Amino acid sequence: MARSDVQLMLDVKAGDEQSFALLLHRYRSPLVNFLYRMVRNREQAEDLAQEVFLRVYRAREDYIPSAKFTTWLFRIATNLALNSVRDNRYQRMEISLDAPVTTDAEDGDEKTMDVAEKHPNIEQHLIEEARRKMIRLAIEKLPEKQRAAVLLHKYQELDYGEIAKILQCSESALKSLLFRAYETLRVELAPLVAQQARP
Amino acid sequence: MGCGRMEKKIMGYVDGRLKEGERLEMEKHLSTCALCQLRVNEFRAVDVLLDEVPMIEPSAAFDVRVWARVAAEPGKQSWWAWFAPSPRVAFAASMLVLAMMWLGSRPAEPPLNASEVETINQNMPVLENFDVLSNFAPLTDLPQPVQADEGSDTNQNQQM
Repeated sequence: MARSDVQLMLDVKAGDEQSFALLLHRYRSPLVNFLYRMVRNREQAEDLAQEVFLRVYRAREDYIPSAKFTTWLFRIATNLALNSVRDNRYQRMEISLDAPVTTDAEDGDEKTMDVAEKHPNIEQHLIEEARRKMIRLAIEKLPEKQRAAVLLHKYQELDYGEIAKILQCSESALKSLLFRAYETLRVELAPLVAQQARP
Repeated sequence: MGCGRMEKKIMGYVDGRLKEGERLEMEKHLSTCALCQLRVNEFRAVDVLLDEVPMIEPSAAFDVRVWARVAAEPGKQSWWAWFAPSPRVAFAASMLVLAMMWLGSRPAEPPLNASEVETINQNMPVLENFDVLSNFAPLTDLPQPVQADEGSDTNQNQQM
């Protein structure tokens, strides 16, 4: 039976580095994806994810399982991401939303794989790529806190109470955040939503 | 339930996270409100669209970098480590102890005998006698102090 996150963390506290390796294996992908969608830069997302794990390791001796491990982990990640986004805001204002984000290495890799494996029809592939780009840009345009709320809710599947603790707001405020975020996405993605919502 | 209360409930309804009573109340409202029903359908559509965003994989070197940063962390010292002296402090302290032992092991100055004490006592009045000091031979060769009035200047010139 797999040990729980809290048990693994308590084992790390007791000096078991193998348990830290298990936590790293369990959460590296969710963290990197969350941070990538927050900061929009793969290299920076990986740096921040490494920093999250380092902070977890540093805090091992003082760790007390007072909350869910994921709440603690994503709270560290969210704070780092929000600080990073705010620090880079000026820099981002100079970058067109249309240009560099779409030229990331992983996008190129995805395209190659998709063409080869999933979409023999290049036209269909280009349509799907345009959809993905539109969705990604709509997420990126959300205000940081709304973006974090959507990412934690949609991709990490955390419950409202947990997300509210991570974002340091009430559950009621979180529901408003999510509602406003989905409203914005509904408008930004109107053509796709209309297709999707068609009965 | 009015449309205004939808804001707090709609996400829970779309997620399927509402309690049974809330869900039934929401469905009752939706059956009579086309606008809210449309909103629910559109939120569901947004939810489906968000699934299309692809996941990325951490780079192959990710774990290696994490472990390298963990390995670079300084070891945490326990509280009693504060009392452990550093090598420099230990060296300085041992030098101090050696110096004190060396000074302590030196033979003490032999006490003065009676004749030496008598000589010192005889010289003391001479040192305290102002006349002896003022007539001290080397001091007589020094020039006279400069006088402020002309008469004294004349005397000085005559002496030169």
